[in-house]
Amino acid sequence: MIQTVVYIALICVAVAMITLLYRVIKGPTLPDRIVALDALGVNIVAMVALVCIALDTNAFLEVILLFGILAFIGTVAFSKYLEKGVIIENDRNS
Amino acid sequence: MKMIEIAKLIIVAFILIGAFFHLIAALGVIRLPDVYTRNHAASKAATLGVLCILLGTFLYFYFIHDHFNSRVLLGILFMFLTAPVAGHLLGRAAYHSGVKMWGQNGPDDYKEYIEIKKSEKYQEYEAYRKKIEENIKAESK
Repeated sequence: MIQTVVYIALICVAVAMITLLYRVIKGPTLPDRIVALDALGVNIVAMVALVCIALDTNAFLEVILLFGILAFIGTVAFSKYLEKGVIIENDRNS
Repeated sequence: MKMIEIAKLIIVAFILIGAFFHLIAALGVIRLPDVYTRNHAASKAATLGVLCILLGTFLYFYFIHDHFNSRVLLGILFMFLTAPVAGHLLGRAAYHSGVKMWGQNGPDDYKEYIEIKKSEKYQEYEAYRKKIEENIKAESK
């Protein structure tokens, strides 16, 4: 039972990723694309968890935490770039 | 029904709910009209979906394999803490980079706030407040 449900859920997440990819390519503005990329990172985390159940192994469970942290850092860097034009500031008093 | 069957049903329910919320989030990102509404769809629905799926994964390894994986729990906690922060940062950055709103939304309160902060009277008030604070510090010494 679990295996079939996991495959159905994998298909659902894959469809969601394809639709988000449409927004990444088409998005009218840069923030649109970044919103879609952030959601793509979250979907990758869900996909890794589902693949872990489908393959019946706990080898990839560390990847979940890693991808979560990387997606968050990427989003923060992108939004900082959008707001100020730089990612790493040299002038820390402004 | 044995306990393992009930556990399997709970796992299946969590995974299906999570996949459903991922689809809803993707639909929102496609269909909604501007950046802010899309951001709200992506950051809320996708986070709920991934929390459900990770909880299902944790319960699967806990009940079926008898393996308590603390890293998945940490992942759930981390996702729950960081997704709202990322959504807020993105919305703020989009506003400051000048993305227009949809046009049929309500009043823009944040614009009013920025205008007040830039006005001369507010600057005078800030300078006055700083002076008083310095005086208090000098007196306490």
